[in-house]
Amino acid sequence: MMKISSQSPAHNTLIGVSFVLFMLSVGYSANSAEQKPEPKRQRELIHLLVQDCGSCHGLTLKGGLGPALLPQDLKDKDSEFLADVILEGVPGTPMPPWNVEITELEAKWLVQRMKEGGIDDR
Amino acid sequence: MIVKYIIRIFIFTTTLIASSASFADMRGSGDLGIIIERASGSIQIIETTNRTKLFNIDGLGDLSHASVVFSRDQRYGFVFGRDGGLTKVDVLAGKIVKRVVQGGNAIGGAISQDGKLVAVSNYEPGGVRVFDSQTLEMVADIPAKYGNGLLSKTVGLVDAPGNKFIFSLYDAGETWIADFSASNTPKITKFKDIGDQPYDGLITPDARYYVAGLFGEDGLAMLDLWHPEKGVKRILDGYGRGEEPLPVYKMPHLEGWAAAGGNLFLPAIGRHEVLVVSASNWKEVARIPVHGQPVFAMARPDGRQIWVNFAHPKNDVLQVIDVDSMSIIKTFKPGRAILHMEFTPRGEQIWVSVRDRNVVEVYDTETLKKITELPANTPSGIFLTARASRMGL
Repeated sequence: MMKISSQSPAHNTLIGVSFVLFMLSVGYSANSAEQKPEPKRQRELIHLLVQDCGSCHGLTLKGGLGPALLPQDLKDKDSEFLADVILEGVPGTPMPPWNVEITELEAKWLVQRMKEGGIDDR
Repeated sequence: MIVKYIIRIFIFTTTLIASSASFADMRGSGDLGIIIERASGSIQIIETTNRTKLFNIDGLGDLSHASVVFSRDQRYGFVFGRDGGLTKVDVLAGKIVKRVVQGGNAIGGAISQDGKLVAVSNYEPGGVRVFDSQTLEMVADIPAKYGNGLLSKTVGLVDAPGNKFIFSLYDAGETWIADFSASNTPKITKFKDIGDQPYDGLITPDARYYVAGLFGEDGLAMLDLWHPEKGVKRILDGYGRGEEPLPVYKMPHLEGWAAAGGNLFLPAIGRHEVLVVSASNWKEVARIPVHGQPVFAMARPDGRQIWVNFAHPKNDVLQVIDVDSMSIIKTFKPGRAILHMEFTPRGEQIWVSVRDRNVVEVYDTETLKKITELPANTPSGIFLTARASRMGL
């Protein structure tokens, strides 16, 4: 502390600016769709998507009692909206809310993966 | 002359040896069955006497939610895949006899009383298609038209006496009977306004009542096939007592509705309960609290026990209800994703698929002890050939 306070005002400003930039970058990545679940959790989510969502949407996601979830089916739909559907469900239909076991970040990552396609649970 | 005679004897004996060898290979098919390996699009043929695998067969497409019906001679299984595939399998030879892709997206099927017709229920295109069980040639197409030319997903397809098929329209809230008794051009009888979102259906083991489960309402829609003129009646109306149902992470299956002790045992939708209904007056007899939301409630063939599995995320548990006392006598925890159960024809064993452990477990239903387990790749449905002689299966 003593050392820092003994630094020149210019140096202090530089530290301050770096700190603000650092905080901004942390804040940015936390809100970004680029943020991903841990690899182990990614595998769990894909397993859930294929096996359990697949009960209604098909193992290959081409649809069943629930609609198809392939890239061509999702491309015109807003990602935030789709993440909301996963988290909150669709009242009046069999689609349940998954927020009991999926976080917002995970839902967004799942939407991104579904839009990319080529999902394989192996 | 002598040479000719010797040759004749030689031919005769080799023919005899060959034919006696094939006699030694002969076996019945009454103790055989099919295990669906959903993720790899393959099946296993198993036998329940020594509990072994006989064959692996692959190339059956997308087998999520796949089911099987059997020919009346119990030699052929008809496998209904999610991708619209209809595959005829010879369970004795362990090979595919014929395979057609009859629709875009299918949800199970049925075989007619006379064994000549196989019907498939389709989500896409919505409706039922009927095939010759010998050749798999299509003999009838029944689009599930409703409203302004829309096509409904069809669910709960079963066979019924009089060479009929019965099914329900998920999007339209209707039940239809397709009567094939006179010709392959079916006579269709439609029952409208049966209730909101029928999601599956069953026929009681005596093949008298067809019951559709409703997702959109607290209740079930019942049709008495002895008196179709009386129309579809609502039963167990308001069984949820107006309470908000829990979110459903896996739809219950009604194929396994159990008739035991004069009562039907059925999974309550969105509730941790098995409902017990009197099969004589359709009133609620009891409700049994269970571990989670039931998916299948299957009765042992003698009706003494009901085995219940559960929806995600509580699908790692299996419970046994004693019908006499209506209480749970055993809770197993075999592993995650217990997807299906099947009793042997006389009920001394039950076969259970445990998807995430990649095994099928076999239990003795009297001692409630595990007898063995067999490896299987993400197993789901288990279908034994004895289904061939039961209506609605």
